Amino acid sequence: MHIIAALVEDRPGVLFKVTSLIRRRGFNIDTITVGGTEKEGLSRITMTMRGDESTVEQLVKQLSKIPDVVKISELKPSESVYRELAMVKVSAPDPAKRSDILNYITIFRGRVIDASKDSLTIEMVGSPKKINAFLELMKGYGVVELARTGMVALPRGTKSTSE
Amino acid sequence: MMKLSGAKAIVEALKKEKVEVIFGIPGGSTIPFYDAIYESDIRHILARHEQCAAHMADGYARVKGFPGVCTATSGPGATNLVTGIAVAYMDSSPIIAITGQVPRSMIGKDAFQEADIVGITTPITKYAFQVTSASQIPDAIRTAFLLASTNRKGPVLVDVPKDVQLEEVDPDYPERMNIKGYVVRSGDPHPYSVKKALGLIMSSERPIIIAGGGVIASNASEELTKLAELILAPVATTLMGKGAIPESHPLSLGMVGMHGRGEANKSVEEADLIIAVGMRFGDRTTGKLDEFARNSKIIHIDIDPAEIGKNIKVDVPIVADAKKALSVLYSKLVEVGSKRTESEWVKRVNSLKESFASNYSEKGDGLKPSKLMKILRDCIPSKSIVTTGVGQNQMWAALHFKVLEPRTFITSGGLGAMGFGLPAAIGAKVASPDRPVFNIDGDGSFLMTEQDLATAVSEGLPVISIILKNRALGMVRQWQCLFCNRRYSHTDLGNVPDFVKLAEAYGAEGVMIESYAAFESAVKRSLKAEMPVVMEVPISPDEKVLPMVPPGKGLKEVIWYG
Repeated sequence: MHIIAALVEDRPGVLFKVTSLIRRRGFNIDTITVGGTEKEGLSRITMTMRGDESTVEQLVKQLSKIPDVVKISELKPSESVYRELAMVKVSAPDPAKRSDILNYITIFRGRVIDASKDSLTIEMVGSPKKINAFLELMKGYGVVELARTGMVALPRGTKSTSE
Repeated sequence: MMKLSGAKAIVEALKKEKVEVIFGIPGGSTIPFYDAIYESDIRHILARHEQCAAHMADGYARVKGFPGVCTATSGPGATNLVTGIAVAYMDSSPIIAITGQVPRSMIGKDAFQEADIVGITTPITKYAFQVTSASQIPDAIRTAFLLASTNRKGPVLVDVPKDVQLEEVDPDYPERMNIKGYVVRSGDPHPYSVKKALGLIMSSERPIIIAGGGVIASNASEELTKLAELILAPVATTLMGKGAIPESHPLSLGMVGMHGRGEANKSVEEADLIIAVGMRFGDRTTGKLDEFARNSKIIHIDIDPAEIGKNIKVDVPIVADAKKALSVLYSKLVEVGSKRTESEWVKRVNSLKESFASNYSEKGDGLKPSKLMKILRDCIPSKSIVTTGVGQNQMWAALHFKVLEPRTFITSGGLGAMGFGLPAAIGAKVASPDRPVFNIDGDGSFLMTEQDLATAVSEGLPVISIILKNRALGMVRQWQCLFCNRRYSHTDLGNVPDFVKLAEAYGAEGVMIESYAAFESAVKRSLKAEMPVVMEVPISPDEKVLPMVPPGKGLKEVIWYG
């Protein structure tokens, strides 16, 4: 997995310019998230993709040619912290199964953020691997709906991607 | 300071950029802009189709080395520019397209003549953006010129809603555009790369230079020729690189690639070092990549870091301006005294030239493109500008017309857009009125933009079109002959139209050419023409562009006349 972090101008059309280039050059990304940063006027786009080094390098080089892309870098997973948030609604009408699910949530350090007679909605934060493992367990109980945010990441230590 | 309308502010900003001419067609959404043009001293060339306006700006830019400006109204006007913008993008030519847009309040409502031109052109421009208030205009135009004409050059589109053109602005207090993400490169080569390149050059026995359009864009012809002479490296060019070295130079090999000259392709294959300058290893240049230059080291000089390693792995990348990189390499090599005076390699290349010389003449009766190209070259001054259509006509010109000066061979290389020749010639003539401008074209290609003969006539621009009329979409027909068992599916155009009459209908001069002698005298006469000239030169539909490397094959698998 490759993580690409881009700081871009916060103005209309920038996300389009980025995704248009990804499509046009035939790159395939797994996740993309956009949000604010510590600097006014700048947004952060975090993308993940699979592929060989040269593909990632080419994507980074092409994206850095967009005038709205202020800074772009690849974050090595071993030198970064990264998290994803998932919201998963699980079917849980049976009290015995419900308590099993609650146990798993505790083990995975998740939270229940909504409950009804027949279902639980769970918030799970962590690495994509952890979320995948949790979802695998939930499959047995019946996943009604799933929403994932895609990943955000920062370099470890005092290093900053925005410098 | 007096307040101006947004439209007037555009014109003022263009004047600040020293724009002398705009190519375009007015429409509903650019009426305010045109009203401001009306009272300005900027020349306006009224095209007859927006595609041509863009090609004219492009031809102008390539001859002048300065951005060309074109304009169109919203919706269909803007979408008609698209082909022209894409040509400029693929060939890294600096043009500025200014489009009208429906008023801000109507955007997104599918208003009459609304098209999302920023969205449409984003993949084919260096940058496309909409101006959302008149106060942005002065800085927006400055930004457009900066982006178009620095680093790797290319087209920029500025979309201006009609009500923004009417809004008042105080030009002394422009809103600053933020382009933090764009840095104008110094273009200086990194010393470490230079050192590594010098090592490869000094240890090479069979160096070859492949020069692309970047050499011409950075005005590096002199530096290129000096380096070639110093290390005795033969110079092949891409289609876009024609003119980077005078093709009469003893070290010149002509074009390399799918329709490259035999000696150029063979020399590239035999070289032990390729110095690739301002070229991007396009598929029409390399043939099958796995088989390209398998035995040689590669130094790749390009201003665009994204070109390094995009198509091919290289040994030494130099991200730099071609002119600066070549001149640094030259002076360092002179310092270490590695001037070469004799070279077995050059002898070998010369013997290749001789051995291929007899292969180029087409067989059979009728007028032959190669001979026509030679006659043309012999009859016109070296500074003359030649544009081309796309297809066989273009490849015959590339193979057989020797280009002697940079910026005198203007062709749609990357996009390969038929119809480019005539409007590009018009743009070239506007850029350089004192030089003869010839458009070498085919009948299929010419017909795609033929209506702009009206522009040439109205503006009194004596561009000369030489139409090699084979009554076919010749290049496709050639592929059908070679690869589809002569199943000529829909490539027969018939003997339509009569180009002599067509020219006359526009008020241009039409000439029918049926012999080499007639061609020669018509070309000589046309040098003094005061109106556009159209020569119809009938050739056989069976004429082929050879040699040819079949698509997907390596450069050595070449087809000759058999």
